Amino acid sequence: MARAVTTQRKALNTAVAWIIGLLIFFPILWTILTSFKTEADAIANPPVLFAFDWTLENYAEVMERSNYGRFLSNSIIIAGGSTILGIIIAVPAAWSMAFVPSKRTKDILLWMLSTKMLPAVGVLYPIYLLCIQLGVLDNRFALVVILMLINLPIIVWMLYTYFKEIPGEILEAARMDGASLKEEILYVLTPMAVPGIASTLLLNFILAWNEAFWTLNLTSVDAAPLTAFIASYSSPEGLFFAKLSAASTMAIAPILILGWFSQKQLVRGLTFGAVK
Amino acid sequence: MGRITLDKVRKAFGEVEVIPPLDLTIEDGEFVVFVGPSGCGKSTLLRLIAGLEDVTSGVISIDGADATMVPPAKRGLAMVFQSYALYPHMSVRKNIAFPMKMAGIPQDEQNRRIEAAAKALNLTDYLDRRPGQLSGGQRQRVAIGRAIVREPAAFLFDEPLSNLDAALRHGMRLEISELHKRLDTTMIYVTHDQVEAMTMADKIVVLQGGVIEQVGSPMELYRTPRNIFVAGFIGSPKMNLLTGEEAAKRGAHTVGIRPEHVTISTTDGAWKGTVGVAEHLGSDTFLHVHREGATDPMTVRVDGEFSAKHGDTVWLTAQEEQIHKFDADGLRIA
Repeated sequence: MARAVTTQRKALNTAVAWIIGLLIFFPILWTILTSFKTEADAIANPPVLFAFDWTLENYAEVMERSNYGRFLSNSIIIAGGSTILGIIIAVPAAWSMAFVPSKRTKDILLWMLSTKMLPAVGVLYPIYLLCIQLGVLDNRFALVVILMLINLPIIVWMLYTYFKEIPGEILEAARMDGASLKEEILYVLTPMAVPGIASTLLLNFILAWNEAFWTLNLTSVDAAPLTAFIASYSSPEGLFFAKLSAASTMAIAPILILGWFSQKQLVRGLTFGAVK
Repeated sequence: MGRITLDKVRKAFGEVEVIPPLDLTIEDGEFVVFVGPSGCGKSTLLRLIAGLEDVTSGVISIDGADATMVPPAKRGLAMVFQSYALYPHMSVRKNIAFPMKMAGIPQDEQNRRIEAAAKALNLTDYLDRRPGQLSGGQRQRVAIGRAIVREPAAFLFDEPLSNLDAALRHGMRLEISELHKRLDTTMIYVTHDQVEAMTMADKIVVLQGGVIEQVGSPMELYRTPRNIFVAGFIGSPKMNLLTGEEAAKRGAHTVGIRPEHVTISTTDGAWKGTVGVAEHLGSDTFLHVHREGATDPMTVRVDGEFSAKHGDTVWLTAQEEQIHKFDADGLRIA
């Protein structure tokens, strides 16, 4: 029997959901609003929500002071590169764990995940030294590799979960039909796992885009992505909230737009297999 | 051509031996059915022949050539799976074309074979649909179509009808038998359903615990089961097995009497009993008769018109020349 849900109950649920949603969204909204204020309005006490003089001067100044285009392209290269490289490595790895598991597969999966439990700062020193030794400090390719390695456990885990949902008999059928391992992965497994792979790609891209610890510590000028761009406005000689907010808005705008347009795919991917 | 021989083929998963060394020859063009209860190793045996599982030891030859280490794709065999295992992201046409695409067959030849297979399997109107838009029977036909177009040395069927309802199952059984007659290609068919085995096979291989209990034509197995297991497994309803005095009288440890080899009378006979459950099939009725002094009821086939109610007293007589005798080890006494 279906549970009876009264109209009031529904209205209450909707209201609560909206309040929670707005609470979560509020910091982003506040950042965006602040970016259109003057520095004086930005630190006004009590704070003003909408009744301030709207201005674009922060954006103009930020654009003038820093090379937004270079930061943006670095972010795209680092996030995009690490994601693509990660998928290329993770698909065969997840395939073997899902379809030809050994006794140790579960252990390997857990071990991979355990690397995510280590605080990043714990390996900062060795990685920093390695980068110096190899001469790749402030190098985009080095960051692509490092961010890929950091997110690889998550990519493998996600793909492993999606692949587990695919019946092994279909892959066996492909084998009987004469497909080589490469053809089996390319023509059968990958197209069937498209929703899962797409959401993995997207999530990993967002994670890499927002990653700040390594990008701040291992870059200075040449390879600096948008995280460094934001950080450059939180200067010790006095906080410029309005300009910091403008920089933040510019840094999160691309990923916000990407997320907005792909939210359906993302949700479908994250619940892939949950509903048949 | 499709002559398959298994020479001392053995399969173990770790410590567990699922198939002890086993020999079997499947002749070209034969319809062979592997039958046995769940977990008897019949599917494993099929997968060993397919190459989806590696043999632990022994040799599998296809048309005289050693295929033991040959990957499944190169064995020239086609397989139809229980779950159909169609590619859900491809249309029916692309599903059927897939093995030909993998084999690099020219496009116009592919089209010719797809059209022919679709026509033979009544799939012409569905070629552009996805598997998800088809019924179970249609999906099974697509799976068969995908197998046919490869023109394999042999077809392997792994319980292909178990996901279909009874009416459809009967129809598909006839279609597969018809297909075998037309193509004259070796077919190996795995099932746990002895009716499928009896109705379709040229040769039945009865398996239990990974061991071949008996190999023979359906009627051979029916007439001369080698042991009690085969006797009980082949034939529906099951053979009645009697031990004790009745068996000793006939110089055996166990005697087997099929339900159709018992005559029934309301006036006289060898055994007196009372009617328990009566299963009416229309043409026939199966009576479960409780014999005096016996614990298990005896199944008897009578004409559908024979009227007997629960609790009626009846007399049973076995047709002596049709009685199967087994020794203490369960083996047939000649």
